[in-house]
Amino acid sequence: MLPAYAHLVILWLFAPIIVMIVFGFNNTHGRLNIVWSGFTLKWFENPFGVTALTSAVTTSLVTATIGALISTVLGTMIALAAHRYSFRGKALLDAIMVMNIAASEVVMGAALLTLFVAGNVPLGPVTIVLAQVMFSIPFVAITVRSRLVGFENSLEESAQDLGASPWATFMLVTLPIIFPGVLAAALLAFALCLDDYVITSFVAGNTQTFPLWVYGATRLGVPPQVNVIGSLIFLAGVIIAISFASIQGWRNRRLARESAL
Amino acid sequence: MLLFFLLPIATLAITSLESGDFISGFDFTWNFGNYSRGFNLYSEQYLHAVEYGGSATIVALLVAYPAAYWIAFHAGPRKSSYLLAVLLPFFVSFVIRTLAWETILSDNGVLFGPLKSLNLLPNDFRVLATPVAVTGGLAYTFFPFMLLPVYASLEKIDRGLVEAAQDLFASKFEVFRRVIFPLSVPGVFAGVLLTGIPAVADYVNQDLLGGVGTTMVGRVIETQFEVNINYPLAAALAFVFMLGLLATLIIYQRIFGTEQIMGG
Repeated sequence: MLPAYAHLVILWLFAPIIVMIVFGFNNTHGRLNIVWSGFTLKWFENPFGVTALTSAVTTSLVTATIGALISTVLGTMIALAAHRYSFRGKALLDAIMVMNIAASEVVMGAALLTLFVAGNVPLGPVTIVLAQVMFSIPFVAITVRSRLVGFENSLEESAQDLGASPWATFMLVTLPIIFPGVLAAALLAFALCLDDYVITSFVAGNTQTFPLWVYGATRLGVPPQVNVIGSLIFLAGVIIAISFASIQGWRNRRLARESAL
Repeated sequence: MLLFFLLPIATLAITSLESGDFISGFDFTWNFGNYSRGFNLYSEQYLHAVEYGGSATIVALLVAYPAAYWIAFHAGPRKSSYLLAVLLPFFVSFVIRTLAWETILSDNGVLFGPLKSLNLLPNDFRVLATPVAVTGGLAYTFFPFMLLPVYASLEKIDRGLVEAAQDLFASKFEVFRRVIFPLSVPGVFAGVLLTGIPAVADYVNQDLLGGVGTTMVGRVIETQFEVNINYPLAAALAFVFMLGLLATLIIYQRIFGTEQIMGG
């Protein structure tokens, strides 16, 4: 019974995804894309037919890329600092994490809005990036820190004893070791920034990102292009996830072979 | 780093004590009236948030626990594939997923339309625009935050302990009740926390799946900020909400310990 149940749960999780993909092929004529009215490929032939939607997607990709890059750099620095000065660093990271959970997105969005308004910062792409950096940093720091567990500071020390500058030590010793963690953190940050609705909606001003545009469109009817673009993003995510998993598997097998020799 | 978080919260607190309106500007006047007004006007929406968010957390736990248990103990070598399958749907934008639920649950949509035309359901049967839809949507949206910590704690359990209990003639149920469940409790607590807080605060599910009279406090805060532009009142509402969550969190931590919440 339990195996059947577990598969049922997975089906439940996939139900909206299936609906999203299927209704991307729906030959709908009205503004509402809710009733099935025949198969068509026309939305897939022209996924970028809605100009406002396309520019919202572009804005999302640009802000999420910049936001993810900044938060990956800052978050990695925090994780490294916390690792070196372990006790205080751990307490600090935990405090930030607890606060981030407790504050919740609505409150964080509201707080940032009051800050930007008080500081006369015009709302737009810049404030979106700032907000996204802020909420994704803890996730980066925690992901990278989990990679640092067991990382010996003595490796860095010996590199420096051999005359490497701090920068060379970082590039040649530290970064290659923690790189898988950093990459995973960067992808996580990118996904979080790309998908965020609540915080972004508070600080966006008149700028539209993909989730904001879709949410706004619900009042008028969501065009099938949203399903198409959603399906494409899903496909990209699946490809990245599966290639990550297989690279990891390949690495593990290679390590196992090497240690067997 | 802490400054990065404290600064916005501090401006939020200051804004919540201002008075005035958008046109003539806001002044800081220790105006605690925002708090009492916010509370009097919107106590029902605070209650809704706790009610729907709380029941969604319970639903998510009841759904996630057996699935996590099966993946951790019985999925064998395909464990990581199943875990990936659980997480894949969450690559799709959260707004789109909620919209898809709206499509599925709509009164004559893909699910209820056929059932109604077969007369298996009465014609006025509906789920959309009811608290049930909101709760279900919330449980769905934050499902991974429940499943992952529960799975992690089940996965860590030493299989030797389970075998030892079996060797001592414990029945399957006894093994679960006296060995497995107690050891998975930290994961359950972490999951409840990670699911409960965002579920209480969310308003997207309520907006798309709920109807009139299901409004949660997150929505009120958002409307006060963006539509009514009453920053002080909205800030007061948000601040009270945050303090409530923080108080719950601290009580929770006192009872169960930080290590367990973080280590899930």
